[in-house]
Amino acid sequence: MASQSWVYTDKAKDHFVNPRNVLKDEEKYHADGKGTVGNIKCGDEMMFFIKVDKEKGVITDCRWKTYGCASAIASTSILSEMVRGMKLRDAYRITPKDITKELGGLPEHKIHCSVLGDKALRAAINDYYDKNGMRDKIEKEEARIICQCMNVTDEEIEHAVLEGARTFYELQERTKLGTVCGQCEPEATRLLGEYVKKHFSKE
Amino acid sequence: MAKRQIYLDNNATTPLHPEVQRVMRKALGMFGNPSSLHSFGREARGMVEDARERVASFIGAEADDIIFTGSGSEANNTVLSTLTCQSKACDDKCEHVVEIITTKIEHPCILETSKCLEERGTRVKYIDADCLGKINIEQLKDSITKNTGIVSVMMANNEIGTIQDIKEIAKIVHERGALFHTDAVQAAGKIPVEVGDLDVDFLTLSAHKMYGPKGVGALYVKKGVPFCPLIRGGHQEKGRRAGTENTIGIIGFGKAVDMREKEMEKEGKRLLELKAVLKQGIEEKIPDARFNGHPMDCLQGTLNMSFDGAEGEAILLYLDQEGIAVSTGSACASGSLDPSHVLLATGMQPERAHGSIRISLGRHNTIKDVERVLYVFPGVIKKIRDMSTVETGKE
Repeated sequence: MASQSWVYTDKAKDHFVNPRNVLKDEEKYHADGKGTVGNIKCGDEMMFFIKVDKEKGVITDCRWKTYGCASAIASTSILSEMVRGMKLRDAYRITPKDITKELGGLPEHKIHCSVLGDKALRAAINDYYDKNGMRDKIEKEEARIICQCMNVTDEEIEHAVLEGARTFYELQERTKLGTVCGQCEPEATRLLGEYVKKHFSKE
Repeated sequence: MAKRQIYLDNNATTPLHPEVQRVMRKALGMFGNPSSLHSFGREARGMVEDARERVASFIGAEADDIIFTGSGSEANNTVLSTLTCQSKACDDKCEHVVEIITTKIEHPCILETSKCLEERGTRVKYIDADCLGKINIEQLKDSITKNTGIVSVMMANNEIGTIQDIKEIAKIVHERGALFHTDAVQAAGKIPVEVGDLDVDFLTLSAHKMYGPKGVGALYVKKGVPFCPLIRGGHQEKGRRAGTENTIGIIGFGKAVDMREKEMEKEGKRLLELKAVLKQGIEEKIPDARFNGHPMDCLQGTLNMSFDGAEGEAILLYLDQEGIAVSTGSACASGSLDPSHVLLATGMQPERAHGSIRISLGRHNTIKDVERVLYVFPGVIKKIRDMSTVETGKE
């Protein structure tokens, strides 16, 4: 009975109940890279700490801290297991979908809680690159403005999709894009489809 | 082995009272349509009207003033939607109200209906609440204009338990010539509700918040007040709410209010004592626990609190692991991005609202339950805070 009513998979539940690699004492942990993303005002914030084998470019150890709900905790926990021993350039490419796949899926309305983990990891790797004279490897994640009238970016469209927007009308409701001249509708609709596929398709 | 389950979410819904179960079971075989003239129908009609008498007497009304609905939400929707109906086709019973006033801390069934009415051209004003959840009476006084047709203010809040001074508010509204509705879904069955004393025009009730069945609500409509049905197409409820009556649910509702009349006062005192033990224990055992809502004018069994550095859904699910059922105002639990609109309306910072937990005690809860919560709760908060990015206890 209990497992049926649980909205998470057993694996996600296990990582929530027994989170792995939580950072215990920040002062004693000498991280080579540290990244913080999110905001507690929005309900979740994550910190990721990595140790790197500089010769091989491999993550040898990592720790994390998360303020957030069960899926935020579970996804950071499983991410910390995924990246150990991973090459930096591979870790850089981890997507939220990789994380949810590893968890055996998340309920649809919880997927937006899992998108911070990979960002926190990339922030930690960027921090490492920055400190070790490898700034050229940092890929800027710059938002692109899609709706000029209402100043809405592709990032905001992605966010709206994660929150549940599935139609252009729902995008408009959430972001107010396309409510003035409407020129951005084709591009916004294209991105909508792209982000739905990125985060919610079953493949 | 399964852990003992402790249900502390009685503002969400309550289990059926054993007496309610008994009368509903007994009535299960009675299938007649109360509208039928034959003996089957007459039997059902008798039971429904008996329940109506009981529900009416419970709030000091007459049976004629009670309309049974499918839920408290339906009753609330009915009041706002039909008074603001602008159809010229409607006869002169309709009020064609163009402006309504409600508050920022109402249940979503009032707020979302109001938002929808706004889109259809009704002017809606939302009254603020203070940090304890009491609405701003001066703002209300200033907001009522000659166009204001109806004011709707909930009697007790479901999330923080704050009780409004409905009698005073009704007087203010009536002095300024508007009608007054109160959503008493959370209040009724916990504190005395007398429509005559409160002097309200409409009042909403729900059975499942007072150990009755789900799927039954009631709307009190004062005699002589304009009324127009939301659900049409039948003569049931004297033409005020179409649809064959939820006979067995209504019978259960009747028994539920009967039992409330007998038990409410004594139980209220008991729950107040239990809550005091719970609150004191949490204060002693958990650092930086903050209590939300009004310290005095609050439903006896409702305790809403916030824990900095700990997110509500995580708290809820760790407690659930221990067999303890509570509720949260965090955004994540609702699937939206915003935390509780009620807590935000009291001026609370979003980060604190995300970490809110509501415990609502009921008639089956005992001191043992409270002791178990006090045993488990501190460890849960510590576990979450230990992995949190937010440093606590350093203010």
